[in-house]
Amino acid sequence: MSNLDDLYREIILDHYRSPRNRGELAPPAHHVQGFNPLCGDEIEVYALIEDGVLKDIKLTGHGCSISQSSSSLMSAAVKGKPIVQVRETIATFKQLMTVHEDQLGDDATAHAPDVEADIRRLGELAALAGVVKFPVRIKCATLAWNTLTQALDEASA
Amino acid sequence: MFDPRLVRGDIPEMQRIINGRPLTYLDSGASSLTPRTVIEAMDRYYQNHHANVHRGVYQTANEATAIYEGARDAAARFLNAPGGADEIVFTKNATESFNLLARSWGATFLSPGDVVLVSEMEHHANIVPWFQLRESHGVEVRFIPVGDDYRLDLRNIEELMHGVKLVSVTGMSNVLGTINPIRDLADMAHAHGALIAVDGAQSVSHLPTDLVDLDIDFLAFSAHKMLGPTGLGIFWTREEILNAMPPFLGGGGMIKDVSVDGFIPASGPTRFEAGTPPIAETAGFTAAVRYLEGLGMAHVAAYEKELTGDALTRLALEFDGRVRVIGPADTLERGGVISLDVEGVHPHDVAQVLDQFGVCVRPGHHCAKPLMKRFGLAATARASFGPYSSVGDTDVLLEALTHAVEMFA
Repeated sequence: MSNLDDLYREIILDHYRSPRNRGELAPPAHHVQGFNPLCGDEIEVYALIEDGVLKDIKLTGHGCSISQSSSSLMSAAVKGKPIVQVRETIATFKQLMTVHEDQLGDDATAHAPDVEADIRRLGELAALAGVVKFPVRIKCATLAWNTLTQALDEASA
Repeated sequence: MFDPRLVRGDIPEMQRIINGRPLTYLDSGASSLTPRTVIEAMDRYYQNHHANVHRGVYQTANEATAIYEGARDAAARFLNAPGGADEIVFTKNATESFNLLARSWGATFLSPGDVVLVSEMEHHANIVPWFQLRESHGVEVRFIPVGDDYRLDLRNIEELMHGVKLVSVTGMSNVLGTINPIRDLADMAHAHGALIAVDGAQSVSHLPTDLVDLDIDFLAFSAHKMLGPTGLGIFWTREEILNAMPPFLGGGGMIKDVSVDGFIPASGPTRFEAGTPPIAETAGFTAAVRYLEGLGMAHVAAYEKELTGDALTRLALEFDGRVRVIGPADTLERGGVISLDVEGVHPHDVAQVLDQFGVCVRPGHHCAKPLMKRFGLAATARASFGPYSSVGDTDVLLEALTHAVEMFA
Protein backbone atom coordinates (compact mmCIF):
# COMPACT_ATOMS: atom_id res chain seq x y z
CA MET A 1 0.00 0.00 0.00
CA SER A 2 3.06 2.30 -0.15
CA ASN A 3 1.74 4.20 -3.17
CA LEU A 4 -1.59 4.73 -1.48
CA ASP A 5 0.12 6.03 1.68
CA ASP A 6 1.98 8.55 -0.49
CA LEU A 7 -1.35 9.85 -1.77
CA TYR A 8 -3.39 9.73 1.40
CA ARG A 9 -0.94 11.20 3.93
CA GLU A 10 -2.29 11.62 7.45
CA ILE A 11 -2.27 15.43 7.04
CA ILE A 12 -4.48 15.08 3.96
CA LEU A 13 -6.96 12.82 5.72
CA ASP A 14 -7.00 15.20 8.68
CA HIS A 15 -7.82 18.20 6.49
CA TYR A 16 -10.46 16.13 4.67
CA ARG A 17 -12.16 15.11 7.92
CA SER A 18 -11.83 18.56 9.55
CA PRO A 19 -11.56 21.18 6.82
CA ARG A 20 -10.15 24.55 7.92
CA ASN A 21 -11.72 27.91 7.01
CA ARG A 22 -14.97 26.32 5.93
CA GLY A 23 -17.83 28.76 5.27
CA GLU A 24 -18.79 31.90 3.39
CA LEU A 25 -17.90 35.59 3.50
CA ALA A 26 -20.24 38.47 2.70
CA PRO A 27 -19.32 41.14 0.12
CA PRO A 28 -17.00 42.99 -0.39
CA ALA A 29 -15.28 39.57 -0.31
CA HIS A 30 -14.84 38.16 -3.83
CA HIS A 31 -16.77 34.99 -4.54
CA VAL A 32 -15.68 32.57 -7.28
CA GLN A 33 -16.91 29.07 -8.14
CA GLY A 34 -14.67 26.36 -9.54
CA PHE A 35 -15.85 23.13 -11.16
CA ASN A 36 -14.27 19.95 -12.34
CA PRO A 37 -16.90 18.86 -14.87
CA LEU A 38 -15.38 15.41 -15.24
CA CYS A 39 -15.89 14.33 -11.65
CA GLY A 40 -18.45 16.86 -10.44
CA ASP A 41 -16.16 18.36 -7.80
CA GLU A 42 -17.12 21.89 -6.86
CA ILE A 43 -15.32 24.54 -4.81
CA GLU A 44 -16.41 28.04 -3.87
CA VAL A 45 -13.77 30.51 -2.75
CA TYR A 46 -14.57 33.67 -0.77
CA ALA A 47 -11.57 36.01 -0.63
CA LEU A 48 -11.51 39.26 1.36
CA ILE A 49 -8.70 41.48 0.10
CA GLU A 50 -7.71 44.71 1.88
CA ASP A 51 -4.63 46.86 1.29
CA GLY A 52 -2.92 44.19 -0.80
CA VAL A 53 -3.42 41.53 1.84
CA LEU A 54 -5.65 38.45 1.78
CA LYS A 55 -7.33 39.34 5.07
CA ASP A 56 -9.67 36.37 5.12
CA ILE A 57 -10.54 33.33 3.04
CA LYS A 58 -13.39 30.84 3.35
CA LEU A 59 -14.29 27.85 1.21
CA THR A 60 -17.30 25.63 0.59
CA GLY A 61 -17.97 22.84 -1.87
CA HIS A 62 -17.85 19.10 -2.21
CA GLY A 63 -15.54 16.60 -3.76
CA CYS A 64 -12.96 13.93 -3.16
CA SER A 65 -10.46 13.91 -0.29
CA ILE A 66 -7.73 15.34 -2.51
CA SER A 67 -9.75 18.33 -3.75
CA GLN A 68 -11.20 19.09 -0.32
CA SER A 69 -7.98 18.68 1.66
CA SER A 70 -6.07 20.70 -0.94
CA SER A 71 -8.53 23.58 -0.54
CA SER A 72 -8.29 23.37 3.26
CA LEU A 73 -4.47 23.26 3.21
CA MET A 74 -4.44 26.15 0.75
CA SER A 75 -6.64 28.30 2.95
CA ALA A 76 -4.39 27.70 5.94
CA ALA A 77 -1.29 28.55 3.89
CA VAL A 78 -2.50 31.81 2.34
CA LYS A 79 -4.78 33.39 4.94
CA GLY A 80 -3.50 36.76 6.17
CA LYS A 81 -0.64 36.84 3.66
CA PRO A 82 0.20 39.70 1.25
CA ILE A 83 -1.22 39.02 -2.24
CA VAL A 84 2.30 38.99 -3.73
CA GLN A 85 3.23 36.17 -1.39
CA VAL A 86 -0.07 34.34 -2.04
CA ARG A 87 0.68 34.36 -5.76
CA GLU A 88 4.17 33.01 -5.11
CA THR A 89 2.73 30.16 -3.05
CA ILE A 90 0.24 29.39 -5.83
CA ALA A 91 3.05 29.32 -8.39
CA THR A 92 5.18 27.03 -6.23
CA PHE A 93 2.29 24.69 -5.59
CA LYS A 94 1.37 24.53 -9.28
CA GLN A 95 5.02 23.71 -10.01
CA LEU A 96 4.79 20.87 -7.50
CA MET A 97 1.74 19.54 -9.34
CA THR A 98 3.41 19.59 -12.75
CA VAL A 99 4.47 16.22 -14.07
CA HIS A 100 7.72 16.34 -15.99
CA GLU A 101 8.37 13.54 -18.40
CA ASP A 102 11.67 12.62 -16.75
CA GLN A 103 9.84 12.09 -13.48
CA LEU A 104 7.38 9.52 -14.75
CA GLY A 105 7.82 6.15 -13.16
CA ASP A 106 9.04 5.38 -9.67
CA ASP A 107 10.81 8.70 -9.18
CA ALA A 108 7.71 10.76 -9.76
CA THR A 109 8.27 12.77 -6.60
CA ALA A 110 12.02 13.29 -7.08
CA HIS A 111 12.23 16.96 -7.98
CA ALA A 112 15.28 19.03 -8.85
CA PRO A 113 17.16 20.49 -5.81
CA ASP A 114 15.76 24.03 -6.29
CA VAL A 115 12.24 22.60 -6.42
CA GLU A 116 12.97 20.56 -3.28
CA ALA A 117 13.76 23.83 -1.52
CA ASP A 118 10.48 25.31 -2.71
CA ILE A 119 8.61 22.25 -1.48
CA ARG A 120 10.18 22.66 1.98
CA ARG A 121 8.88 26.23 2.04
CA LEU A 122 5.37 24.90 1.38
CA GLY A 123 5.29 23.24 4.80
CA GLU A 124 2.17 21.11 5.29
CA LEU A 125 1.22 21.63 1.65
CA ALA A 126 4.11 19.39 0.66
CA ALA A 127 1.95 16.49 1.87
CA LEU A 128 0.17 16.79 -1.49
CA ALA A 129 3.40 16.07 -3.39
CA GLY A 130 2.42 12.38 -3.72
CA VAL A 131 -0.51 13.36 -5.96
CA VAL A 132 1.75 13.63 -9.02
CA LYS A 133 2.17 9.84 -8.89
CA PHE A 134 -1.53 9.67 -9.73
CA PRO A 135 -1.82 11.98 -12.78
CA VAL A 136 -5.63 11.76 -13.02
CA ARG A 137 -5.88 13.22 -9.52
CA ILE A 138 -3.77 16.34 -10.22
CA LYS A 139 -6.87 18.21 -11.37
CA CYS A 140 -8.46 17.42 -8.00
CA ALA A 141 -5.53 18.98 -6.14
CA THR A 142 -5.32 22.11 -8.30
CA LEU A 143 -9.04 22.97 -8.42
CA ALA A 144 -9.02 25.20 -5.33
CA TRP A 145 -5.80 26.90 -6.42
CA ASN A 146 -7.12 27.73 -9.88
CA THR A 147 -10.29 29.06 -8.32
CA LEU A 148 -8.31 31.26 -5.90
CA THR A 149 -6.21 32.57 -8.81
CA GLN A 150 -9.42 33.55 -10.58
CA ALA A 151 -10.64 35.36 -7.45
CA LEU A 152 -7.35 37.30 -7.18
CA ASP A 153 -7.45 38.19 -10.87
CA GLU A 154 -11.03 39.43 -10.58
CA ALA A 155 -10.14 41.47 -7.50
CA SER A 156 -7.26 43.21 -9.27
CA ALA A 157 -9.18 43.76 -12.50
CA MET B 1 -23.38 -25.76 -19.28
CA PHE B 2 -21.70 -22.54 -18.39
CA ASP B 3 -18.55 -22.57 -16.28
CA PRO B 4 -17.17 -19.12 -15.34
CA ARG B 5 -13.70 -20.58 -14.69
CA LEU B 6 -13.53 -21.67 -18.32
CA VAL B 7 -14.69 -18.22 -19.43
CA ARG B 8 -11.93 -16.62 -17.33
CA GLY B 9 -9.43 -18.91 -19.01
CA ASP B 10 -10.57 -17.61 -22.39
CA ILE B 11 -9.79 -13.96 -21.47
CA PRO B 12 -6.08 -13.12 -21.86
CA GLU B 13 -6.38 -9.92 -19.79
CA MET B 14 -7.40 -11.99 -16.76
CA GLN B 15 -3.69 -12.85 -16.45
CA ARG B 16 -2.79 -9.24 -15.60
CA ILE B 17 -1.28 -8.42 -12.23
CA ILE B 18 -2.20 -4.91 -11.04
CA ASN B 19 -0.34 -3.43 -8.06
CA GLY B 20 0.78 -6.93 -7.11
CA ARG B 21 -2.71 -8.40 -7.17
CA PRO B 22 -4.53 -10.40 -9.85
CA LEU B 23 -6.87 -8.25 -11.92
CA THR B 24 -10.37 -7.99 -10.43
CA TYR B 25 -12.30 -6.51 -13.32
CA LEU B 26 -15.61 -5.05 -12.19
CA ASP B 27 -16.17 -2.49 -14.95
CA SER B 28 -18.00 -4.55 -17.58
CA GLY B 29 -20.74 -1.93 -17.58
CA ALA B 30 -18.23 0.44 -19.21
CA SER B 31 -16.54 -2.13 -21.45
CA SER B 32 -16.25 -5.90 -21.31
CA LEU B 33 -13.02 -7.87 -21.51
CA THR B 34 -12.21 -9.69 -24.73
CA PRO B 35 -12.06 -13.45 -25.27
CA ARG B 36 -9.11 -14.87 -27.21
CA THR B 37 -11.38 -16.02 -30.08
CA VAL B 38 -12.49 -12.40 -30.63
CA ILE B 39 -8.92 -11.14 -30.74
CA GLU B 40 -7.93 -13.99 -33.06
CA ALA B 41 -10.81 -13.28 -35.44
CA MET B 42 -9.67 -9.67 -35.81
CA ASP B 43 -6.08 -10.82 -36.14
CA ARG B 44 -7.05 -13.27 -38.91
CA TYR B 45 -8.63 -10.43 -40.88
CA TYR B 46 -5.41 -8.39 -40.78
CA GLN B 47 -3.19 -11.45 -41.37
CA ASN B 48 -5.12 -12.95 -44.27
CA HIS B 49 -8.14 -11.08 -45.50
CA HIS B 50 -7.30 -7.37 -45.27
CA ALA B 51 -8.98 -5.57 -48.16
CA ASN B 52 -11.77 -3.03 -48.39
CA VAL B 53 -15.33 -4.25 -48.53
CA HIS B 54 -17.88 -4.15 -51.37
CA ARG B 55 -17.33 -3.76 -55.11
CA GLY B 56 -13.99 -5.58 -55.06
CA VAL B 57 -13.57 -8.23 -57.71
CA TYR B 58 -10.44 -9.91 -56.38
CA GLN B 59 -10.58 -12.77 -53.89
CA THR B 60 -9.49 -11.10 -50.64
CA ALA B 61 -11.93 -8.22 -51.20
CA ASN B 62 -14.68 -10.80 -51.50
CA GLU B 63 -13.46 -12.45 -48.30
CA ALA B 64 -13.49 -9.11 -46.46
CA THR B 65 -17.01 -8.44 -47.73
CA ALA B 66 -18.12 -11.89 -46.57
CA ILE B 67 -16.67 -11.17 -43.09
CA TYR B 68 -18.43 -7.81 -42.94
CA GLU B 69 -21.81 -9.01 -44.21
CA GLY B 70 -21.50 -12.16 -42.11
CA ALA B 71 -21.53 -9.98 -39.00
CA ARG B 72 -24.92 -8.63 -40.07
CA ASP B 73 -26.20 -12.19 -40.22
CA ALA B 74 -24.73 -12.92 -36.79
CA ALA B 75 -26.39 -9.85 -35.28
CA ALA B 76 -29.76 -10.66 -36.84
CA ARG B 77 -29.58 -14.25 -35.54
CA PHE B 78 -28.47 -13.16 -32.05
CA LEU B 79 -31.36 -10.69 -31.74
CA ASN B 80 -33.94 -12.76 -33.65
CA ALA B 81 -34.50 -9.78 -35.94
CA PRO B 82 -37.81 -10.35 -37.75
CA GLY B 83 -36.51 -9.05 -41.08
CA GLY B 84 -33.04 -10.60 -40.87
CA ALA B 85 -29.69 -9.05 -41.77
CA ASP B 86 -31.18 -6.24 -43.89
CA GLU B 87 -32.35 -4.59 -40.67
CA ILE B 88 -28.86 -4.36 -39.10
CA VAL B 89 -26.93 -1.09 -39.52
CA PHE B 90 -23.33 -0.80 -38.32
CA THR B 91 -22.35 2.42 -36.56
CA LYS B 92 -19.41 3.52 -34.41
CA ASN B 93 -21.10 2.86 -31.06
CA ALA B 94 -24.51 2.91 -29.34
CA THR B 95 -24.26 6.70 -29.06
CA GLU B 96 -23.96 7.07 -32.83
CA SER B 97 -26.92 4.71 -33.21
CA PHE B 98 -29.03 7.13 -31.14
CA ASN B 99 -27.77 10.08 -33.15
CA LEU B 100 -28.73 8.22 -36.34
CA LEU B 101 -32.19 7.63 -34.90
CA ALA B 102 -32.66 11.30 -33.90
CA ARG B 103 -31.07 12.92 -36.95
CA SER B 104 -32.56 10.64 -39.59
CA TRP B 105 -35.86 9.23 -38.32
CA GLY B 106 -36.53 11.97 -35.75
CA ALA B 107 -35.76 14.90 -38.03
CA THR B 108 -37.90 13.38 -40.79
CA PHE B 109 -40.92 12.05 -38.96
CA LEU B 110 -41.25 14.31 -35.90
CA SER B 111 -42.90 17.74 -36.06
CA PRO B 112 -42.72 20.70 -33.66
CA GLY B 113 -44.63 19.84 -30.50
CA ASP B 114 -44.31 16.06 -30.95
CA VAL B 115 -43.14 14.42 -27.75
CA VAL B 116 -40.16 12.12 -27.25
CA LEU B 117 -40.63 10.31 -23.94
CA VAL B 118 -37.39 9.21 -22.31
CA SER B 119 -36.75 8.34 -18.67
CA GLU B 120 -34.83 9.87 -15.81
CA MET B 121 -32.49 6.87 -15.74
CA GLU B 122 -31.21 7.31 -19.31
CA HIS B 123 -27.59 7.53 -20.33
CA HIS B 124 -26.74 10.93 -21.90
CA ALA B 125 -26.63 9.11 -25.28
CA ASN B 126 -30.41 8.78 -25.07
CA ILE B 127 -30.98 12.33 -23.81
CA VAL B 128 -28.66 14.76 -25.57
CA PRO B 129 -29.59 13.81 -29.20
CA TRP B 130 -33.24 14.52 -28.27
CA PHE B 131 -32.33 17.89 -26.75
CA GLN B 132 -30.48 18.64 -29.98
CA LEU B 133 -33.61 17.69 -31.92
CA ARG B 134 -35.61 19.96 -29.63
CA GLU B 135 -33.34 22.84 -30.66
CA SER B 136 -33.45 22.07 -34.37
CA HIS B 137 -37.03 20.76 -34.77
CA GLY B 138 -38.97 21.96 -31.76
CA VAL B 139 -39.87 18.53 -30.37
CA GLU B 140 -40.73 18.23 -26.70
CA VAL B 141 -38.57 15.97 -24.51
CA ARG B 142 -40.45 14.48 -21.57
CA PHE B 143 -39.14 12.29 -18.78
CA ILE B 144 -40.67 9.25 -17.06
CA PRO B 145 -39.69 9.73 -13.40
CA VAL B 146 -37.74 7.16 -11.38
CA GLY B 147 -39.28 6.14 -8.06
CA ASP B 148 -37.62 5.73 -4.68
CA ASP B 149 -37.51 2.00 -5.45
CA TYR B 150 -35.08 2.82 -8.29
CA ARG B 151 -37.62 1.71 -10.91
CA LEU B 152 -39.60 3.65 -13.52
CA ASP B 153 -42.58 5.32 -11.88
CA LEU B 154 -45.35 4.42 -14.34
CA ARG B 155 -48.30 5.59 -12.21
CA ASN B 156 -48.95 8.58 -14.47
CA ILE B 157 -47.88 6.94 -17.70
CA GLU B 158 -51.25 7.49 -19.42
CA GLU B 159 -50.91 11.22 -18.82
CA LEU B 160 -47.24 11.19 -19.86
CA MET B 161 -48.10 9.40 -23.12
CA HIS B 162 -50.18 12.33 -24.39
CA GLY B 163 -48.70 13.56 -27.69
CA VAL B 164 -45.86 11.04 -27.60
CA LYS B 165 -44.51 9.88 -30.96
CA LEU B 166 -41.50 8.01 -29.64
CA VAL B 167 -40.75 6.30 -26.32
CA SER B 168 -36.99 5.87 -25.90
CA VAL B 169 -35.84 4.00 -22.80
CA THR B 170 -33.01 1.82 -21.60
CA GLY B 171 -33.36 -1.94 -21.31
CA MET B 172 -31.14 -1.91 -18.23
CA SER B 173 -29.88 1.10 -16.29
CA ASN B 174 -26.09 1.50 -16.43
CA VAL B 175 -26.19 3.01 -12.92
CA LEU B 176 -28.98 1.23 -11.02
CA GLY B 177 -28.98 -2.15 -12.73
CA THR B 178 -32.77 -1.85 -13.01
CA ILE B 179 -34.24 -3.92 -15.86
CA ASN B 180 -37.18 -2.10 -17.43
CA PRO B 181 -40.46 -3.75 -18.56
CA ILE B 182 -39.76 -3.25 -22.26
CA ARG B 183 -42.55 -5.44 -23.64
CA ASP B 184 -45.15 -3.60 -21.49
CA LEU B 185 -43.77 -0.23 -22.57
CA ALA B 186 -43.82 -1.36 -26.21
CA ASP B 187 -47.48 -2.35 -25.93
CA MET B 188 -48.26 0.95 -24.24
CA ALA B 189 -46.41 2.98 -26.90
CA HIS B 190 -48.09 1.13 -29.77
CA ALA B 191 -51.54 1.53 -28.17
CA HIS B 192 -50.91 5.30 -28.29
CA GLY B 193 -49.71 5.21 -31.88
CA ALA B 194 -46.09 5.81 -30.86
CA LEU B 195 -42.93 3.87 -31.69
CA ILE B 196 -40.42 2.65 -29.11
CA ALA B 197 -36.62 2.70 -29.12
CA VAL B 198 -34.50 0.75 -26.62
CA ASP B 199 -30.99 1.46 -25.39
CA GLY B 200 -29.60 -2.06 -25.30
CA ALA B 201 -26.03 -1.12 -24.33
CA GLN B 202 -26.38 -2.92 -21.00
CA SER B 203 -29.26 -5.31 -21.67
CA VAL B 204 -28.11 -6.93 -24.93
CA SER B 205 -24.80 -7.91 -23.29
CA HIS B 206 -26.32 -9.50 -20.19
CA LEU B 207 -29.85 -10.70 -21.03
CA PRO B 208 -31.42 -12.69 -23.87
CA THR B 209 -32.81 -10.28 -26.48
CA ASP B 210 -35.57 -11.48 -28.80
CA LEU B 211 -36.84 -8.69 -31.03
CA VAL B 212 -39.95 -10.63 -32.02
CA ASP B 213 -40.93 -11.12 -28.37
CA LEU B 214 -40.02 -7.56 -27.33
CA ASP B 215 -42.01 -6.04 -30.22
CA ILE B 216 -39.93 -2.85 -30.19
CA ASP B 217 -39.13 -0.61 -33.17
CA PHE B 218 -35.53 0.52 -32.65
CA LEU B 219 -32.55 -0.91 -30.77
CA ALA B 220 -29.10 0.60 -30.17
CA PHE B 221 -26.11 -1.15 -28.62
CA SER B 222 -22.36 -1.55 -28.97
CA ALA B 223 -20.04 -4.50 -29.56
CA HIS B 224 -17.48 -3.59 -26.89
CA LYS B 225 -19.88 -4.16 -24.02
CA MET B 226 -20.67 -7.70 -25.23
CA LEU B 227 -17.14 -9.16 -25.36
CA GLY B 228 -16.52 -7.63 -28.77
CA PRO B 229 -14.15 -4.88 -29.95
CA THR B 230 -14.47 -1.10 -29.53
CA GLY B 231 -15.43 1.05 -32.53
CA LEU B 232 -18.52 -0.87 -33.61
CA GLY B 233 -22.11 -0.06 -32.74
CA ILE B 234 -25.35 -1.60 -33.96
CA PHE B 235 -28.59 0.11 -34.93
CA TRP B 236 -31.60 -2.05 -35.61
CA THR B 237 -35.03 -1.11 -36.87
CA ARG B 238 -37.82 -2.80 -38.83
CA GLU B 239 -37.11 -3.00 -42.54
CA GLU B 240 -40.09 -0.80 -43.51
CA ILE B 241 -38.97 1.95 -41.11
CA LEU B 242 -35.34 1.64 -42.17
CA ASN B 243 -36.21 2.02 -45.85
CA ALA B 244 -38.18 5.20 -45.11
CA MET B 245 -35.30 6.83 -43.20
CA PRO B 246 -33.05 9.22 -45.16
CA PRO B 247 -29.26 8.79 -44.95
CA PHE B 248 -27.51 10.41 -41.98
CA LEU B 249 -23.88 10.64 -43.09
CA GLY B 250 -23.10 11.17 -46.77
CA GLY B 251 -20.17 9.82 -48.76
CA GLY B 252 -18.86 6.73 -50.47
CA GLY B 253 -20.59 3.40 -50.06
CA MET B 254 -24.00 4.84 -49.21
CA ILE B 255 -25.15 5.71 -52.72
CA LYS B 256 -26.89 4.04 -55.61
CA ASP B 257 -25.87 6.82 -58.00
CA VAL B 258 -24.07 10.18 -57.95
CA SER B 259 -23.94 12.73 -60.76
CA VAL B 260 -23.13 16.45 -60.95
CA ASP B 261 -26.83 17.01 -60.31
CA GLY B 262 -27.15 15.05 -57.08
CA PHE B 263 -27.26 11.56 -55.62
CA ILE B 264 -29.59 8.64 -55.04
CA PRO B 265 -28.98 6.78 -51.78
CA ALA B 266 -28.46 3.03 -51.71
CA SER B 267 -31.26 0.91 -50.35
CA GLY B 268 -30.95 -1.17 -47.21
CA PRO B 269 -28.58 -0.71 -44.30
CA THR B 270 -25.56 0.34 -46.40
CA ARG B 271 -27.15 3.74 -47.03
CA PHE B 272 -26.26 4.54 -43.39
CA GLU B 273 -22.71 3.26 -43.66
CA ALA B 274 -20.80 5.99 -45.51
CA GLY B 275 -17.07 5.51 -45.90
CA THR B 276 -14.90 2.50 -45.10
CA PRO B 277 -16.52 0.79 -42.12
CA PRO B 278 -14.76 -0.96 -39.23
CA ILE B 279 -14.13 -4.36 -40.85
CA ALA B 280 -11.83 -6.16 -38.41
CA GLU B 281 -14.26 -5.12 -35.69
CA THR B 282 -17.11 -6.89 -37.46
CA ALA B 283 -14.98 -10.05 -37.53
CA GLY B 284 -14.49 -9.65 -33.76
CA PHE B 285 -18.17 -8.96 -33.26
CA THR B 286 -19.17 -12.17 -35.03
CA ALA B 287 -16.75 -14.11 -32.82
CA ALA B 288 -18.20 -12.42 -29.72
CA VAL B 289 -21.74 -13.33 -30.78
CA ARG B 290 -20.64 -16.94 -31.33
CA TYR B 291 -18.95 -16.96 -27.95
CA LEU B 292 -22.07 -15.68 -26.18
CA GLU B 293 -24.27 -18.10 -28.14
CA GLY B 294 -21.98 -20.87 -26.92
CA LEU B 295 -22.51 -19.77 -23.32
CA GLY B 296 -26.22 -19.15 -23.87
CA MET B 297 -27.57 -15.74 -22.90
CA ALA B 298 -30.11 -17.32 -20.54
CA HIS B 299 -27.22 -18.98 -18.68
CA VAL B 300 -25.26 -15.71 -18.63
CA ALA B 301 -28.28 -13.86 -17.19
CA ALA B 302 -28.93 -16.54 -14.55
CA TYR B 303 -25.28 -16.68 -13.51
CA GLU B 304 -24.92 -12.90 -13.23
CA LYS B 305 -28.14 -12.77 -11.23
CA GLU B 306 -26.67 -15.27 -8.76
CA LEU B 307 -23.45 -13.21 -8.48
CA THR B 308 -25.44 -10.00 -8.00
CA GLY B 309 -27.65 -11.53 -5.30
CA ASP B 310 -24.60 -12.77 -3.41
CA ALA B 311 -22.87 -9.38 -3.66
CA LEU B 312 -25.98 -7.43 -2.57
CA THR B 313 -26.47 -9.70 0.46
CA ARG B 314 -22.85 -9.47 1.56
CA LEU B 315 -22.66 -5.69 1.04
CA ALA B 316 -25.71 -5.28 3.27
CA LEU B 317 -24.35 -7.66 5.93
CA GLU B 318 -20.72 -6.62 6.14
CA PHE B 319 -20.92 -2.84 6.19
CA ASP B 320 -23.83 -2.20 8.47
CA GLY B 321 -25.28 0.57 6.33
CA ARG B 322 -21.97 2.34 5.70
CA VAL B 323 -22.02 1.17 2.10
CA ARG B 324 -25.31 1.99 0.43
CA VAL B 325 -26.37 0.41 -2.86
CA ILE B 326 -27.97 2.91 -5.25
CA GLY B 327 -30.32 0.51 -7.01
CA PRO B 328 -32.85 -2.23 -6.26
CA ALA B 329 -31.88 -4.23 -3.16
CA ASP B 330 -33.00 -7.58 -4.59
CA THR B 331 -32.35 -9.34 -7.89
CA LEU B 332 -35.90 -9.12 -9.19
CA GLU B 333 -35.70 -7.49 -12.65
CA ARG B 334 -32.19 -6.35 -11.87
CA GLY B 335 -28.84 -6.87 -13.58
CA GLY B 336 -25.26 -7.00 -12.33
CA VAL B 337 -24.57 -3.28 -12.07
CA ILE B 338 -23.98 -2.23 -8.46
CA SER B 339 -23.57 1.48 -7.72
CA LEU B 340 -22.13 2.21 -4.30
CA ASP B 341 -22.29 5.22 -2.05
CA VAL B 342 -19.73 4.78 0.72
CA GLU B 343 -20.40 6.95 3.75
CA GLY B 344 -17.69 9.58 4.18
CA VAL B 345 -15.64 8.41 1.22
CA HIS B 346 -15.88 10.11 -2.15
CA PRO B 347 -16.32 7.68 -5.10
CA HIS B 348 -12.98 8.78 -6.58
CA ASP B 349 -11.23 7.90 -3.35
CA VAL B 350 -13.08 4.57 -3.23
CA ALA B 351 -11.94 3.74 -6.76
CA GLN B 352 -8.37 4.88 -5.98
CA VAL B 353 -8.10 2.64 -2.92
CA LEU B 354 -9.68 -0.28 -4.80
CA ASP B 355 -7.14 0.13 -7.61
CA GLN B 356 -4.40 -0.73 -5.12
CA PHE B 357 -6.09 -4.12 -4.74
CA GLY B 358 -6.25 -4.59 -8.50
CA VAL B 359 -9.99 -3.90 -8.39
CA CYS B 360 -11.41 -1.96 -11.36
CA VAL B 361 -14.57 -0.03 -10.55
CA ARG B 362 -15.76 3.20 -12.12
CA PRO B 363 -16.32 6.40 -10.14
CA GLY B 364 -18.39 9.24 -11.53
CA HIS B 365 -21.81 10.18 -12.84
CA HIS B 366 -21.78 7.39 -15.46
CA CYS B 367 -23.15 9.79 -18.10
CA ALA B 368 -26.48 9.84 -16.27
CA LYS B 369 -26.48 13.25 -14.59
CA PRO B 370 -30.30 13.65 -14.43
CA LEU B 371 -30.44 10.35 -12.50
CA MET B 372 -27.62 11.44 -10.17
CA LYS B 373 -29.48 14.65 -9.47
CA ARG B 374 -32.69 12.71 -8.83
CA PHE B 375 -30.96 10.90 -5.96
CA GLY B 376 -28.96 13.90 -4.75
CA LEU B 377 -25.59 12.42 -5.69
CA ALA B 378 -22.63 13.87 -7.59
CA ALA B 379 -21.19 10.44 -8.28
CA THR B 380 -21.14 6.78 -7.29
CA ALA B 381 -18.50 4.05 -7.40
CA ARG B 382 -19.90 1.40 -9.72
CA ALA B 383 -19.01 -2.29 -9.80
CA SER B 384 -20.43 -4.29 -12.72
CA PHE B 385 -20.22 -7.97 -13.59
CA GLY B 386 -19.65 -9.89 -16.79
CA PRO B 387 -19.89 -13.61 -17.64
CA TYR B 388 -16.24 -14.05 -16.54
CA SER B 389 -16.86 -12.53 -13.09
CA SER B 390 -16.80 -14.74 -10.02
CA VAL B 391 -17.64 -14.79 -6.32
CA GLY B 392 -13.88 -14.43 -5.86
CA ASP B 393 -14.13 -10.97 -7.46
CA THR B 394 -16.74 -10.02 -4.87
CA ASP B 395 -14.41 -11.29 -2.11
CA VAL B 396 -11.66 -8.92 -3.25
CA LEU B 397 -14.15 -6.07 -3.73
CA LEU B 398 -15.33 -6.45 -0.12
CA GLU B 399 -11.77 -6.72 1.21
CA ALA B 400 -10.78 -3.52 -0.63
CA LEU B 401 -13.98 -1.70 0.39
CA THR B 402 -13.31 -2.58 4.04
CA HIS B 403 -9.86 -1.03 3.67
CA ALA B 404 -11.35 2.13 2.11
CA VAL B 405 -13.93 2.48 4.87
CA GLU B 406 -11.30 2.04 7.61
CA MET B 407 -8.83 4.39 5.95
CA PHE B 408 -11.26 7.30 5.88
CA ALA B 409 -12.99 6.52 9.18
